[in-house]
Amino acid sequence: MLEALGLGVRGRLNNVTAQLRSGRVTAICGPNGAGKSTLVGALAGLIAPASGTVTLASQPLTDLTPQERARRIGYLPQSAEVAWNLSVRTLAALGRLPHRTPAAQDADIVDEVLGTLGLSALADRPLSTLSGGERARALLARVLATQPQWILADEPLAALDLAHQRGLIRHFRKLAQDGRGVVLVVHDLALAMNHADHVVVLDRGGIAAQGAPQAALSEEVIARVWNLDARWLGDPGHRALAF
Amino acid sequence: MTRPVWILLAALALAFPLSLLAGQVWISPFSPPLPNAPAILMELRLPRAVLALVLGAGLGAAGAAMQGYLRNPLADPGLFGIAPAAALGAVLSFYTGYQAQAFTLPLFALLGASGAMGLLALIAGRAGSIALFTLAGMMVASLAGALTSLAISLSPNPFALSEIVTWLMGALADRGWHEVRIAAPFTLVGLALLWRAAPALDALALGEAAARSLGVDPARLLWLMIAAIGLIVGSGVAVAGMIGFVGLMVPHMVRPFTDQRPSSTLLPSALAGALLLLVADCLCRIMPLKGGELRLGIALSLAGAPFFLRLLLGMRRKIG
Repeated sequence: MLEALGLGVRGRLNNVTAQLRSGRVTAICGPNGAGKSTLVGALAGLIAPASGTVTLASQPLTDLTPQERARRIGYLPQSAEVAWNLSVRTLAALGRLPHRTPAAQDADIVDEVLGTLGLSALADRPLSTLSGGERARALLARVLATQPQWILADEPLAALDLAHQRGLIRHFRKLAQDGRGVVLVVHDLALAMNHADHVVVLDRGGIAAQGAPQAALSEEVIARVWNLDARWLGDPGHRALAF
Repeated sequence: MTRPVWILLAALALAFPLSLLAGQVWISPFSPPLPNAPAILMELRLPRAVLALVLGAGLGAAGAAMQGYLRNPLADPGLFGIAPAAALGAVLSFYTGYQAQAFTLPLFALLGASGAMGLLALIAGRAGSIALFTLAGMMVASLAGALTSLAISLSPNPFALSEIVTWLMGALADRGWHEVRIAAPFTLVGLALLWRAAPALDALALGEAAARSLGVDPARLLWLMIAAIGLIVGSGVAVAGMIGFVGLMVPHMVRPFTDQRPSSTLLPSALAGALLLLVADCLCRIMPLKGGELRLGIALSLAGAPFFLRLLLGMRRKIG
Protein backbone atom coordinates (compact mmCIF):
# COMPACT_ATOMS: atom_id res chain seq x y z
CA MET A 1 0.00 0.00 0.00
CA LEU A 2 1.17 3.50 -0.85
CA GLU A 3 -0.16 5.98 1.66
CA ALA A 4 -0.20 9.74 2.01
CA LEU A 5 -0.63 10.70 5.65
CA GLY A 6 -1.58 14.31 6.35
CA LEU A 7 0.52 15.46 3.43
CA GLY A 8 1.22 19.19 3.15
CA VAL A 9 3.27 20.98 0.50
CA ARG A 10 3.45 24.72 0.98
CA GLY A 11 0.88 26.52 -1.14
CA ARG A 12 -0.06 23.40 -3.08
CA LEU A 13 -1.28 20.56 -0.86
CA ASN A 14 -3.04 20.75 2.46
CA ASN A 15 -3.45 17.80 4.84
CA VAL A 16 -3.97 15.16 2.15
CA THR A 17 -4.55 11.63 3.40
CA ALA A 18 -5.10 8.87 0.85
CA GLN A 19 -4.57 5.13 0.79
CA LEU A 20 -3.67 3.63 -2.55
CA ARG A 21 -3.70 -0.13 -2.95
CA SER A 22 -1.78 -2.21 -5.39
CA GLY A 23 -3.72 -4.37 -7.83
CA ARG A 24 -5.93 -1.51 -8.91
CA VAL A 25 -5.95 1.58 -11.07
CA THR A 26 -6.29 4.79 -9.08
CA ALA A 27 -7.21 7.98 -10.94
CA ILE A 28 -6.34 11.37 -9.50
CA CYS A 29 -8.73 14.03 -10.80
CA GLY A 30 -9.30 17.69 -10.15
CA PRO A 31 -9.39 21.08 -11.84
CA ASN A 32 -6.20 22.84 -12.97
CA GLY A 33 -4.11 23.92 -10.01
CA ALA A 34 -5.78 21.44 -7.64
CA GLY A 35 -2.43 19.84 -6.77
CA LYS A 36 -2.64 16.62 -8.79
CA SER A 37 0.92 16.69 -10.12
CA THR A 38 2.22 17.76 -6.71
CA LEU A 39 0.49 14.80 -5.05
CA VAL A 40 1.90 12.35 -7.60
CA GLY A 41 5.36 13.94 -7.23
CA ALA A 42 5.16 13.59 -3.45
CA LEU A 43 3.93 9.98 -3.70
CA ALA A 44 6.88 9.24 -6.00
CA GLY A 45 9.25 10.74 -3.42
CA LEU A 46 10.29 13.58 -5.73
CA ILE A 47 8.73 16.42 -3.74
CA ALA A 48 9.60 16.64 -0.06
CA PRO A 49 6.42 17.44 1.90
CA ALA A 50 6.48 20.26 4.43
CA SER A 51 4.29 18.17 6.72
CA GLY A 52 3.03 14.61 6.84
CA THR A 53 4.62 11.51 5.33
CA VAL A 54 4.35 9.11 2.44
CA THR A 55 4.69 5.46 3.36
CA LEU A 56 5.26 2.46 1.12
CA ALA A 57 4.22 -0.82 2.79
CA SER A 58 4.10 1.10 6.11
CA GLN A 59 7.70 2.27 5.70
CA PRO A 60 8.33 6.02 5.31
CA LEU A 61 9.59 6.76 1.79
CA THR A 62 12.39 8.86 3.27
CA ASP A 63 13.85 5.70 4.89
CA LEU A 64 14.55 4.20 1.46
CA THR A 65 17.72 4.99 -0.48
CA PRO A 66 17.04 6.76 -3.81
CA GLN A 67 17.94 3.51 -5.65
CA GLU A 68 15.61 1.40 -3.54
CA ARG A 69 12.79 3.87 -4.05
CA ALA A 70 13.52 3.97 -7.80
CA ARG A 71 13.32 0.17 -8.03
CA ARG A 72 9.90 0.11 -6.33
CA ILE A 73 8.19 3.23 -7.69
CA GLY A 74 8.24 4.05 -11.39
CA TYR A 75 7.34 7.61 -12.36
CA LEU A 76 6.25 8.82 -15.77
CA PRO A 77 6.40 12.62 -15.95
CA GLN A 78 3.97 14.76 -17.87
CA SER A 79 6.66 16.04 -20.23
CA ALA A 80 7.39 13.60 -23.03
CA GLU A 81 10.59 15.39 -23.96
CA VAL A 82 13.75 13.31 -24.31
CA ALA A 83 16.97 15.27 -24.75
CA TRP A 84 18.68 13.02 -27.30
CA ASN A 85 17.34 11.14 -30.27
CA LEU A 86 17.64 7.72 -28.62
CA SER A 87 16.33 4.51 -30.12
CA VAL A 88 13.27 2.94 -28.50
CA ARG A 89 15.42 0.15 -27.06
CA THR A 90 18.03 2.56 -25.62
CA LEU A 91 15.26 4.66 -24.07
CA ALA A 92 13.61 1.63 -22.47
CA ALA A 93 17.00 0.41 -21.19
CA LEU A 94 17.36 3.61 -19.14
CA GLY A 95 14.72 2.08 -16.89
CA ARG A 96 17.30 -0.51 -15.81
CA LEU A 97 19.60 2.13 -14.27
CA PRO A 98 18.46 1.65 -10.65
CA HIS A 99 19.10 -2.12 -10.80
CA ARG A 100 22.79 -2.53 -11.64
CA THR A 101 22.13 -6.00 -13.01
CA PRO A 102 24.22 -7.71 -15.74
CA ALA A 103 23.74 -6.24 -19.22
CA ALA A 104 22.46 -9.52 -20.67
CA GLN A 105 19.72 -9.72 -18.04
CA ASP A 106 18.80 -6.07 -18.68
CA ALA A 107 18.55 -6.72 -22.41
CA ASP A 108 16.21 -9.68 -21.86
CA ILE A 109 13.92 -7.64 -19.62
CA VAL A 110 13.88 -4.72 -22.06
CA ASP A 111 13.02 -7.05 -24.96
CA GLU A 112 10.22 -8.58 -22.95
CA VAL A 113 8.77 -5.16 -22.05
CA LEU A 114 9.00 -3.98 -25.67
CA GLY A 115 7.16 -7.14 -26.71
CA THR A 116 4.39 -6.58 -24.15
CA LEU A 117 3.82 -3.04 -25.40
CA GLY A 118 3.93 -4.08 -29.07
CA LEU A 119 7.16 -2.17 -29.68
CA SER A 120 9.45 -5.00 -30.79
CA ALA A 121 9.32 -3.98 -34.44
CA LEU A 122 10.18 -0.39 -33.53
CA ALA A 123 13.00 -1.26 -31.11
CA ASP A 124 15.79 0.21 -33.23
CA ARG A 125 13.87 3.23 -34.50
CA PRO A 126 14.97 6.66 -33.24
CA LEU A 127 12.38 8.52 -31.17
CA SER A 128 12.11 11.34 -33.69
CA THR A 129 10.53 8.96 -36.21
CA LEU A 130 7.72 7.76 -33.91
CA SER A 131 4.11 8.90 -33.84
CA GLY A 132 2.65 10.37 -30.64
CA GLY A 133 1.09 7.08 -29.63
CA GLU A 134 4.26 5.07 -30.26
CA ARG A 135 6.27 7.62 -28.33
CA ALA A 136 3.90 7.39 -25.34
CA ARG A 137 4.31 3.60 -25.33
CA ALA A 138 8.09 3.91 -25.61
CA LEU A 139 8.14 6.22 -22.58
CA LEU A 140 5.98 3.76 -20.66
CA ALA A 141 8.37 0.97 -21.67
CA ARG A 142 11.15 2.88 -19.88
CA VAL A 143 9.07 2.86 -16.67
CA LEU A 144 8.11 -0.82 -17.01
CA ALA A 145 11.71 -1.87 -17.67
CA THR A 146 12.44 -0.95 -14.05
CA GLN A 147 9.84 -3.60 -13.06
CA PRO A 148 8.46 -1.39 -10.29
CA GLN A 149 5.69 -2.45 -7.91
CA TRP A 150 4.10 0.99 -8.38
CA ILE A 151 3.58 2.99 -11.56
CA LEU A 152 2.78 6.68 -11.11
CA ALA A 153 1.98 8.56 -14.30
CA ASP A 154 1.25 12.27 -14.63
CA GLU A 155 -1.32 12.74 -17.39
CA PRO A 156 -0.06 9.90 -19.59
CA LEU A 157 -3.11 10.10 -21.87
CA ALA A 158 -3.21 13.87 -22.38
CA ALA A 159 -1.74 14.16 -25.88
CA LEU A 160 -3.17 10.96 -27.34
CA ASP A 161 -6.06 10.33 -29.70
CA LEU A 162 -8.94 8.13 -28.55
CA ALA A 163 -7.63 4.87 -29.99
CA HIS A 164 -4.22 5.32 -28.40
CA GLN A 165 -5.83 6.35 -25.11
CA ARG A 166 -7.80 3.11 -25.08
CA GLY A 167 -4.71 1.11 -25.99
CA LEU A 168 -2.66 2.61 -23.18
CA ILE A 169 -5.51 2.23 -20.66
CA ARG A 170 -5.62 -1.47 -21.52
CA HIS A 171 -1.92 -1.73 -20.66
CA PHE A 172 -2.47 0.05 -17.35
CA ARG A 173 -5.41 -2.22 -16.52
CA LYS A 174 -3.31 -5.29 -17.31
CA LEU A 175 -0.55 -4.05 -15.00
CA ALA A 176 -3.08 -3.63 -12.18
CA GLN A 177 -4.43 -7.14 -12.85
CA ASP A 178 -0.88 -8.44 -12.48
CA GLY A 179 -0.89 -7.01 -8.97
CA ARG A 180 0.92 -3.71 -9.46
CA GLY A 181 -0.30 -0.38 -8.20
CA VAL A 182 -1.19 2.05 -10.98
CA VAL A 183 -1.81 5.74 -10.22
CA LEU A 184 -2.80 8.04 -13.09
CA VAL A 185 -3.48 11.75 -13.20
CA VAL A 186 -6.48 11.98 -15.52
CA HIS A 187 -8.40 14.99 -16.83
CA ASP A 188 -11.05 13.03 -18.69
CA LEU A 189 -13.66 12.23 -16.02
CA ALA A 190 -15.46 9.67 -18.20
CA LEU A 191 -12.19 7.81 -18.59
CA ALA A 192 -11.69 7.79 -14.82
CA MET A 193 -15.31 6.75 -14.27
CA ASN A 194 -15.14 3.82 -16.71
CA HIS A 195 -11.63 2.49 -16.21
CA ALA A 196 -10.43 3.32 -12.70
CA ASP A 197 -11.06 1.19 -9.62
CA HIS A 198 -10.54 4.07 -7.24
CA VAL A 199 -10.68 7.84 -7.69
CA VAL A 200 -9.13 10.64 -5.63
CA VAL A 201 -10.60 14.06 -6.37
CA LEU A 202 -8.49 17.04 -5.37
CA ASP A 203 -9.66 20.62 -5.09
CA ARG A 204 -7.48 23.58 -4.15
CA GLY A 205 -4.86 21.35 -2.54
CA GLY A 206 -7.24 19.27 -0.43
CA ILE A 207 -9.19 16.05 -0.88
CA ALA A 208 -12.71 16.78 -2.18
CA ALA A 209 -13.79 13.16 -2.51
CA GLN A 210 -12.29 9.69 -2.76
CA GLY A 211 -13.56 6.17 -3.20
CA ALA A 212 -15.21 4.10 -5.91
CA PRO A 213 -15.65 6.09 -9.16
CA GLN A 214 -19.45 6.24 -8.90
CA ALA A 215 -19.25 7.91 -5.50
CA ALA A 216 -16.13 10.04 -5.92
CA LEU A 217 -17.23 11.38 -9.32
CA SER A 218 -20.92 11.80 -8.59
CA GLU A 219 -22.81 14.62 -10.25
CA GLU A 220 -22.89 16.40 -6.89
CA VAL A 221 -19.05 16.26 -6.57
CA ILE A 222 -18.60 17.49 -10.16
CA ALA A 223 -20.94 20.42 -9.47
CA ARG A 224 -19.08 21.30 -6.27
CA VAL A 225 -15.48 20.90 -7.51
CA TRP A 226 -15.64 21.81 -11.21
CA ASN A 227 -18.63 24.13 -10.85
CA LEU A 228 -20.32 22.32 -13.75
CA ASP A 229 -23.86 21.17 -14.08
CA ALA A 230 -23.23 17.75 -15.62
CA ARG A 231 -25.09 14.49 -15.90
CA TRP A 232 -23.81 10.90 -16.33
CA LEU A 233 -25.41 8.98 -19.20
CA GLY A 234 -25.17 5.32 -20.18
CA ASP A 235 -24.52 2.07 -18.32
CA PRO A 236 -21.76 1.44 -15.78
CA GLY A 237 -18.46 0.89 -17.60
CA HIS A 238 -19.67 2.86 -20.62
CA ARG A 239 -20.62 6.16 -19.12
CA ALA A 240 -20.42 9.54 -20.77
CA LEU A 241 -20.73 12.98 -19.29
CA ALA A 242 -23.33 15.35 -20.71
CA PHE A 243 -23.52 19.05 -19.94
CA MET B 1 34.24 -1.31 -27.11
CA THR B 2 32.38 0.08 -30.04
CA ARG B 3 33.59 0.61 -33.60
CA PRO B 4 34.12 4.41 -33.40
CA VAL B 5 36.35 3.84 -30.37
CA TRP B 6 38.54 1.38 -32.29
CA ILE B 7 38.73 3.70 -35.30
CA LEU B 8 39.74 6.65 -33.11
CA LEU B 9 42.31 4.54 -31.28
CA ALA B 10 43.80 3.48 -34.62
CA ALA B 11 43.88 7.09 -35.84
CA LEU B 12 45.62 8.15 -32.63
CA ALA B 13 48.15 5.33 -32.94
CA LEU B 14 48.95 6.64 -36.42
CA ALA B 15 48.88 10.38 -35.68
CA PHE B 16 50.92 10.30 -32.49
CA PRO B 17 54.25 9.12 -33.96
CA LEU B 18 53.73 11.24 -37.09
CA SER B 19 53.19 14.34 -34.96
CA LEU B 20 56.59 13.79 -33.37
CA LEU B 21 58.29 14.01 -36.76
CA ALA B 22 56.59 17.20 -37.93
CA GLY B 23 57.71 20.70 -37.09
CA GLN B 24 60.08 23.45 -38.16
CA VAL B 25 62.76 20.79 -38.16
CA TRP B 26 61.40 17.70 -39.92
CA ILE B 27 62.75 14.44 -38.61
CA SER B 28 62.73 11.62 -41.10
CA PRO B 29 63.02 8.07 -39.79
CA PHE B 30 64.60 7.03 -43.12
CA SER B 31 67.50 9.49 -43.35
CA PRO B 32 70.55 9.65 -41.08
CA PRO B 33 69.58 11.07 -37.67
CA LEU B 34 70.22 14.73 -36.94
CA PRO B 35 72.60 15.27 -34.05
CA ASN B 36 69.94 17.10 -32.01
CA ALA B 37 67.06 14.80 -32.96
CA PRO B 38 66.87 12.95 -29.61
CA ALA B 39 66.68 16.26 -27.74
CA ILE B 40 63.99 17.65 -30.06
CA LEU B 41 61.97 14.46 -29.75
CA MET B 42 62.28 13.82 -26.03
CA GLU B 43 62.34 17.33 -24.64
CA LEU B 44 60.21 19.32 -27.10
CA ARG B 45 57.86 17.22 -29.18
CA LEU B 46 57.04 14.26 -26.97
CA PRO B 47 55.87 16.32 -23.97
CA ARG B 48 53.97 18.65 -26.29
CA ALA B 49 52.22 15.72 -27.98
CA VAL B 50 51.42 14.10 -24.62
CA LEU B 51 50.05 17.42 -23.38
CA ALA B 52 47.87 17.71 -26.51
CA LEU B 53 46.48 14.21 -25.82
CA VAL B 54 45.82 14.99 -22.15
CA LEU B 55 44.15 18.37 -22.72
CA GLY B 56 42.23 17.23 -25.79
CA ALA B 57 40.89 14.13 -24.03
CA GLY B 58 39.89 16.22 -21.04
CA LEU B 59 38.18 18.95 -23.05
CA GLY B 60 36.41 16.48 -25.36
CA ALA B 61 34.99 14.42 -22.49
CA ALA B 62 34.16 17.54 -20.48
CA GLY B 63 32.21 18.90 -23.46
CA ALA B 64 30.27 15.64 -23.87
CA ALA B 65 29.45 15.60 -20.16
CA MET B 66 28.38 19.26 -20.16
CA GLN B 67 26.08 18.72 -23.13
CA GLY B 68 24.58 15.73 -21.33
CA TYR B 69 24.24 17.61 -18.07
CA LEU B 70 22.58 20.68 -19.58
CA ARG B 71 20.68 18.51 -22.10
CA ASN B 72 21.77 20.98 -24.71
CA PRO B 73 23.95 20.23 -27.74
CA LEU B 74 25.30 23.79 -27.71
CA ALA B 75 26.76 23.55 -24.20
CA ASP B 76 30.49 23.83 -23.69
CA PRO B 77 32.75 23.35 -20.65
CA GLY B 78 33.40 27.11 -20.73
CA LEU B 79 29.80 27.76 -19.67
CA PHE B 80 30.57 27.13 -16.02
CA GLY B 81 32.83 30.14 -15.86
CA ILE B 82 35.73 27.99 -14.69
CA ALA B 83 37.96 28.72 -17.70
CA PRO B 84 37.61 32.53 -17.42
CA ALA B 85 38.23 32.30 -13.68
CA ALA B 86 41.38 30.21 -14.24
CA ALA B 87 42.49 32.75 -16.86
CA LEU B 88 41.92 35.54 -14.36
CA GLY B 89 44.17 33.74 -11.87
CA ALA B 90 46.86 33.31 -14.51
CA VAL B 91 46.61 36.96 -15.57
CA LEU B 92 46.97 38.07 -11.96
CA SER B 93 50.17 36.04 -11.74
CA PHE B 94 51.57 38.02 -14.71
CA TYR B 95 50.36 41.19 -13.15
CA THR B 96 52.23 40.58 -9.92
CA GLY B 97 55.37 39.92 -11.90
CA TYR B 98 55.98 36.44 -10.54
CA GLN B 99 55.41 34.63 -13.79
CA ALA B 100 59.10 33.88 -14.07
CA GLN B 101 58.65 31.13 -11.53
CA ALA B 102 57.41 28.11 -13.38
CA PHE B 103 54.90 27.07 -10.75
CA THR B 104 53.32 30.46 -10.00
CA LEU B 105 51.21 30.80 -13.14
CA PRO B 106 49.59 27.33 -12.98
CA LEU B 107 49.15 27.73 -9.24
CA PHE B 108 47.34 31.07 -9.67
CA ALA B 109 45.24 29.60 -12.49
CA LEU B 110 44.27 26.60 -10.37
CA LEU B 111 43.42 28.95 -7.51
CA GLY B 112 41.21 30.93 -9.89
CA ALA B 113 39.50 27.74 -11.07
CA SER B 114 38.93 26.50 -7.52
CA GLY B 115 37.60 29.93 -6.55
CA ALA B 116 35.03 29.63 -9.35
CA MET B 117 34.19 26.06 -8.31
CA GLY B 118 33.69 27.19 -4.72
CA LEU B 119 31.49 30.09 -5.76
CA LEU B 120 29.36 27.84 -8.00
CA ALA B 121 28.94 25.29 -5.24
CA LEU B 122 28.03 28.00 -2.76
CA ILE B 123 25.36 29.53 -5.00
CA ALA B 124 23.83 26.44 -6.60
CA GLY B 125 25.21 23.47 -4.66
CA ARG B 126 22.46 22.73 -2.18
CA ALA B 127 19.52 22.95 -4.56
CA GLY B 128 21.23 20.96 -7.31
CA SER B 129 19.16 22.90 -9.84
CA ILE B 130 20.57 22.93 -13.35
CA ALA B 131 19.02 26.28 -14.32
CA LEU B 132 20.36 27.98 -11.20
CA PHE B 133 23.74 26.45 -11.85
CA THR B 134 23.89 27.68 -15.45
CA LEU B 135 23.03 31.21 -14.35
CA ALA B 136 25.64 31.06 -11.58
CA GLY B 137 28.20 29.90 -14.17
CA MET B 138 27.36 32.80 -16.46
CA MET B 139 27.71 35.21 -13.56
CA VAL B 140 31.12 33.80 -12.61
CA ALA B 141 32.22 33.94 -16.27
CA SER B 142 31.17 37.55 -16.67
CA LEU B 143 32.74 38.59 -13.34
CA ALA B 144 36.01 36.84 -14.17
CA GLY B 145 36.02 38.35 -17.67
CA ALA B 146 35.48 41.84 -16.29
CA LEU B 147 38.21 41.44 -13.68
CA THR B 148 40.60 40.09 -16.33
CA SER B 149 39.94 43.15 -18.49
CA LEU B 150 40.49 45.36 -15.46
CA ALA B 151 43.79 43.63 -14.69
CA ILE B 152 44.88 44.07 -18.31
CA SER B 153 43.90 47.74 -18.38
CA LEU B 154 45.85 48.37 -15.17
CA SER B 155 48.86 46.48 -16.48
CA PRO B 156 52.06 48.00 -15.08
CA ASN B 157 54.08 47.93 -18.32
CA PRO B 158 53.66 47.12 -22.02
CA PHE B 159 55.75 43.94 -21.73
CA ALA B 160 53.42 42.47 -19.14
CA LEU B 161 50.47 43.53 -21.29
CA SER B 162 51.82 41.84 -24.38
CA GLU B 163 52.66 38.71 -22.44
CA ILE B 164 49.17 38.55 -20.90
CA VAL B 165 47.44 38.97 -24.24
CA THR B 166 49.62 36.37 -25.96
CA TRP B 167 49.18 33.90 -23.14
CA LEU B 168 45.40 34.29 -23.13
CA MET B 169 45.26 33.05 -26.72
CA GLY B 170 46.20 29.53 -25.67
CA ALA B 171 49.03 27.42 -27.10
CA LEU B 172 51.11 24.34 -26.51
CA ALA B 173 54.33 25.94 -27.82
CA ASP B 174 57.31 25.64 -25.49
CA ARG B 175 55.41 23.44 -23.05
CA GLY B 176 57.38 20.59 -21.52
CA TRP B 177 57.19 17.72 -19.03
CA HIS B 178 56.65 20.23 -16.25
CA GLU B 179 53.25 21.16 -17.70
CA VAL B 180 52.40 17.50 -18.34
CA ARG B 181 53.07 16.76 -14.68
CA ILE B 182 50.66 19.53 -13.66
CA ALA B 183 47.83 18.82 -16.11
CA ALA B 184 47.85 15.01 -16.35
CA PRO B 185 46.95 14.07 -12.77
CA PHE B 186 44.18 16.68 -12.48
CA THR B 187 42.74 15.71 -15.85
CA LEU B 188 42.82 11.99 -15.04
CA VAL B 189 40.98 12.53 -11.76
CA GLY B 190 38.47 14.76 -13.59
CA LEU B 191 37.90 12.07 -16.25
CA ALA B 192 37.38 9.43 -13.55
CA LEU B 193 34.74 11.65 -11.92
CA LEU B 194 32.97 12.12 -15.28
CA TRP B 195 32.82 8.34 -15.70
CA ARG B 196 31.16 8.10 -12.29
CA ALA B 197 28.62 10.73 -13.37
CA ALA B 198 27.85 8.98 -16.67
CA PRO B 199 24.78 6.87 -15.67
CA ALA B 200 23.17 9.92 -14.03
CA LEU B 201 23.79 11.95 -17.19
CA ASP B 202 21.98 9.25 -19.19
CA ALA B 203 19.00 9.43 -16.85
CA LEU B 204 18.92 13.22 -17.24
CA ALA B 205 17.99 12.75 -20.89
CA LEU B 206 14.47 12.13 -19.55
CA GLY B 207 14.38 15.42 -17.63
CA GLU B 208 15.21 16.27 -14.04
CA ALA B 209 12.10 14.76 -12.44
CA ALA B 210 12.35 11.43 -14.26
CA ALA B 211 16.09 11.28 -13.53
CA ARG B 212 15.40 11.70 -9.84
CA SER B 213 12.73 9.03 -10.01
CA LEU B 214 15.45 6.72 -11.37
CA GLY B 215 17.50 7.31 -8.23
CA VAL B 216 19.73 10.17 -9.41
CA ASP B 217 20.77 12.50 -6.59
CA PRO B 218 20.93 15.95 -8.27
CA ALA B 219 23.13 17.50 -5.58
CA ARG B 220 25.69 14.68 -5.86
CA LEU B 221 25.69 14.95 -9.64
CA LEU B 222 26.22 18.71 -9.42
CA TRP B 223 29.23 18.26 -7.13
CA LEU B 224 30.69 15.61 -9.44
CA MET B 225 30.28 17.95 -12.41
CA ILE B 226 31.78 20.97 -10.65
CA ALA B 227 34.76 18.94 -9.45
CA ALA B 228 35.34 17.16 -12.76
CA ILE B 229 34.96 20.19 -15.04
CA GLY B 230 36.92 22.32 -12.58
CA LEU B 231 39.87 19.92 -12.51
CA ILE B 232 39.94 19.37 -16.26
CA VAL B 233 39.34 22.93 -17.44
CA GLY B 234 41.24 24.56 -14.59
CA SER B 235 44.39 22.51 -15.11
CA GLY B 236 44.06 22.89 -18.89
CA VAL B 237 43.95 26.67 -18.72
CA ALA B 238 46.74 26.60 -16.15
CA VAL B 239 49.20 25.00 -18.56
CA ALA B 240 48.00 26.13 -21.99
CA GLY B 241 45.78 29.20 -21.69
CA MET B 242 42.32 29.40 -23.20
CA ILE B 243 41.57 26.68 -25.76
CA GLY B 244 37.98 26.91 -26.89
CA PHE B 245 35.63 25.02 -29.21
CA VAL B 246 37.12 21.53 -28.62
CA GLY B 247 34.50 20.77 -25.98
CA LEU B 248 31.74 22.04 -28.25
CA MET B 249 32.81 20.50 -31.55
CA VAL B 250 34.05 17.06 -30.61
CA PRO B 251 30.89 15.60 -29.04
CA HIS B 252 28.97 16.67 -32.16
CA MET B 253 31.41 14.88 -34.41
CA VAL B 254 31.16 11.58 -32.52
CA ARG B 255 27.50 11.57 -31.41
CA PRO B 256 26.04 10.35 -34.75
CA PHE B 257 28.23 7.23 -34.46
CA THR B 258 26.97 6.32 -30.97
CA ASP B 259 23.56 5.45 -29.51
CA GLN B 260 23.41 9.13 -28.42
CA ARG B 261 23.42 8.49 -24.66
CA PRO B 262 25.79 10.93 -22.92
CA SER B 263 27.64 7.96 -21.39
CA SER B 264 28.37 6.49 -24.80
CA THR B 265 29.72 9.79 -26.14
CA LEU B 266 32.23 10.26 -23.28
CA LEU B 267 34.99 7.89 -24.40
CA PRO B 268 34.77 8.67 -28.16
CA SER B 269 34.73 12.40 -27.31
CA ALA B 270 37.84 12.01 -25.17
CA LEU B 271 39.64 10.16 -27.97
CA ALA B 272 38.45 12.52 -30.71
CA GLY B 273 39.38 15.54 -28.57
CA ALA B 274 42.88 14.13 -28.11
CA LEU B 275 43.18 13.53 -31.85
CA LEU B 276 41.85 16.98 -32.75
CA LEU B 277 44.23 18.80 -30.44
CA LEU B 278 47.19 16.67 -31.51
CA VAL B 279 46.55 17.31 -35.21
CA ALA B 280 45.69 20.99 -34.73
CA ASP B 281 48.83 21.62 -32.71
CA CYS B 282 50.90 19.84 -35.33
CA LEU B 283 49.39 21.98 -38.11
CA CYS B 284 50.08 25.14 -36.08
CA ARG B 285 53.69 24.04 -35.74
CA ILE B 286 54.30 23.49 -39.43
CA MET B 287 52.24 26.38 -40.79
CA PRO B 288 54.55 29.03 -42.17
CA LEU B 289 53.74 32.24 -40.32
CA LYS B 290 55.84 35.35 -39.98
CA GLY B 291 57.00 35.96 -36.42
CA GLY B 292 56.47 32.50 -34.91
CA GLU B 293 53.75 29.90 -35.10
CA LEU B 294 49.99 30.20 -35.22
CA ARG B 295 48.49 30.10 -31.70
CA LEU B 296 46.50 26.94 -31.12
CA GLY B 297 43.64 28.83 -29.41
CA ILE B 298 43.25 31.10 -32.44
CA ALA B 299 43.46 28.22 -34.90
CA LEU B 300 40.74 26.26 -33.12
CA SER B 301 38.48 29.30 -32.86
CA LEU B 302 39.00 29.93 -36.58
CA ALA B 303 38.06 26.34 -37.33
CA GLY B 304 35.31 26.36 -34.71
CA ALA B 305 33.32 29.33 -35.96
CA PRO B 306 32.35 27.82 -39.34
CA PHE B 307 31.63 24.52 -37.61
CA PHE B 308 29.31 26.32 -35.23
CA LEU B 309 27.65 28.10 -38.13
CA ARG B 310 27.05 24.80 -39.92
CA LEU B 311 25.48 23.43 -36.73
CA LEU B 312 23.18 26.44 -36.46
CA LEU B 313 22.18 26.20 -40.12
CA GLY B 314 21.39 22.50 -39.61
CA MET B 315 19.21 23.40 -36.64
CA ARG B 316 17.48 26.14 -38.61
CA ARG B 317 16.66 23.62 -41.33
CA LYS B 318 15.20 21.28 -38.72
CA ILE B 319 13.04 24.05 -37.24
CA GLY B 320 12.01 25.49 -40.61
